[in-house]
Amino acid sequence: MTVPRFWRKLKHRYNLLGTHCTTCETYYYPPRKICPKCRRRGEIEPHRFKGEGKLLTYTIIQNPPEKITAHAPYVLGIVELDEGPRLTSQIICSPEEAEIGMRVRSVFRKIGEESAEGMIYYGTKFVKL
Amino acid sequence: MREVAIIGVGCTRFTELWETSFRDLFVEAGLSAIEDAGVEGETIDALYIGNMSAGRFIEQEHLASLIADYAGLASINTPSTRVEAACASGGLALRQAVLAVASGHHNIVIAGGGEKMTDVGTGDATDVLSAAADREWEGIMGATFPGLYAMIARLHMHRYHTTSEQLAQVAVKNHYNATMNPRAQYQREITVENVLTSPIVADPLHLLDCSPITDGAAAVILAPGEIARKYTDTPVYIKATAQASSTISLHDRRDITTLDATVAAARRAFEMAGVTPDEIDIAEVHDCFTIAEILAIEDIGFFKKGEGGRATEEGLTAIGGKIPVNTSGGLKACGHPVGATGIKQAVEVTEQLRGEAGKRQVDGAEIGLTQNVGGSGGTAIIHILQR
Repeated sequence: MTVPRFWRKLKHRYNLLGTHCTTCETYYYPPRKICPKCRRRGEIEPHRFKGEGKLLTYTIIQNPPEKITAHAPYVLGIVELDEGPRLTSQIICSPEEAEIGMRVRSVFRKIGEESAEGMIYYGTKFVKL
Repeated sequence: MREVAIIGVGCTRFTELWETSFRDLFVEAGLSAIEDAGVEGETIDALYIGNMSAGRFIEQEHLASLIADYAGLASINTPSTRVEAACASGGLALRQAVLAVASGHHNIVIAGGGEKMTDVGTGDATDVLSAAADREWEGIMGATFPGLYAMIARLHMHRYHTTSEQLAQVAVKNHYNATMNPRAQYQREITVENVLTSPIVADPLHLLDCSPITDGAAAVILAPGEIARKYTDTPVYIKATAQASSTISLHDRRDITTLDATVAAARRAFEMAGVTPDEIDIAEVHDCFTIAEILAIEDIGFFKKGEGGRATEEGLTAIGGKIPVNTSGGLKACGHPVGATGIKQAVEVTEQLRGEAGKRQVDGAEIGLTQNVGGSGGTAIIHILQR
């Protein structure tokens, strides 16, 4: 993968910075320029999420993509933030601990690297609350 | 809009074809379809080529020109178009071809699909396939394709008490059907125990819950319905072509255990064809993972949400059951050369409706359905065919 794509200055890659549509009161992460519900009627403003939510579903990855630094098996889940938006992220817990409905909190972590001496990707993972 | 018919079909062997190149695969499938239809190259007005990722699998783009050239149609300057919607590229190529004929702009059109996946290693192939999901918000977070479908499977099991055994039954049925399909990649039976004792790829999905990496190509020839009988005694009419989009990321879906794109495409297709799910005699659906066939038979409307696992366990989707699903062996056992799959589904249904499906023939099949999915459900294409 190219360096600029994941290294470029996108604040929302490293923070839970998204958007809020004041017309329909829906929150989005990652940020959207157009509200899918209101489209042209939407009024978009930036929003910083608290970073707490629940685990909606999960899997245990045995064969990770090459550039992922987590050691398999690791838990990958879909987290629903308390404000509504969902994201796919690694859950830092043992496979046995993972449970649908579990409360989680976001943390800033290393996610991948190009190679042993290559660029490092950072982003959001979640830990059990 | 004019009625459109399939007048010829062709399909290569689906397997690891190390002795065959990408262009050879396409030409083989295309030529057998042309021979089947009995048309001359000069009468073909246009080509539509479904392919997901030749750019990464064989480092070749501009497939439209390449295939027209090696099909012998560049010398007469036949227009050619490459179509991409990840794993639904084949279905989308068919739809574009149908629309071209239905509109009256073209008469005889060939829709082909193909993928050459074994020129790269398994790790690279897996990474190419990951590009069908949202790279920036799924792939880079550590999601793999089996991982995404595994998350669907876990929630389906949690909500509807679907079991690993029921998922395994999908693979067992499709492998059994493939024993009767000379084109299939895996022409051997497996048991539920084989599936459950195969290595876990992404819990709860085992290796034998997953479709394989395959080389292959398929093609169909379309003509206006009113002249179809000039070419064949057994035209198969396209009663509906429908397409729907949904979010590219699984996590953004309204419901993780429903492919809304399939629901919408099915609703549009049944309305266009003027039939109900109960009137469908056979279906080829997108079982890239066993859970995907469960979702398909629920979201198309053959069974209620949550009852797909039980229906499979009870044999309702087997040949001889209420609605035979994936008589070809499906993606699971016939193989899944990504861009070819949507066209291969139409080839299988056409052969079934013509009564030419050999040992796997479903007696008296008159109406068939194909469902082709891109990614984890960002695109769905449904066609309804009638003899």
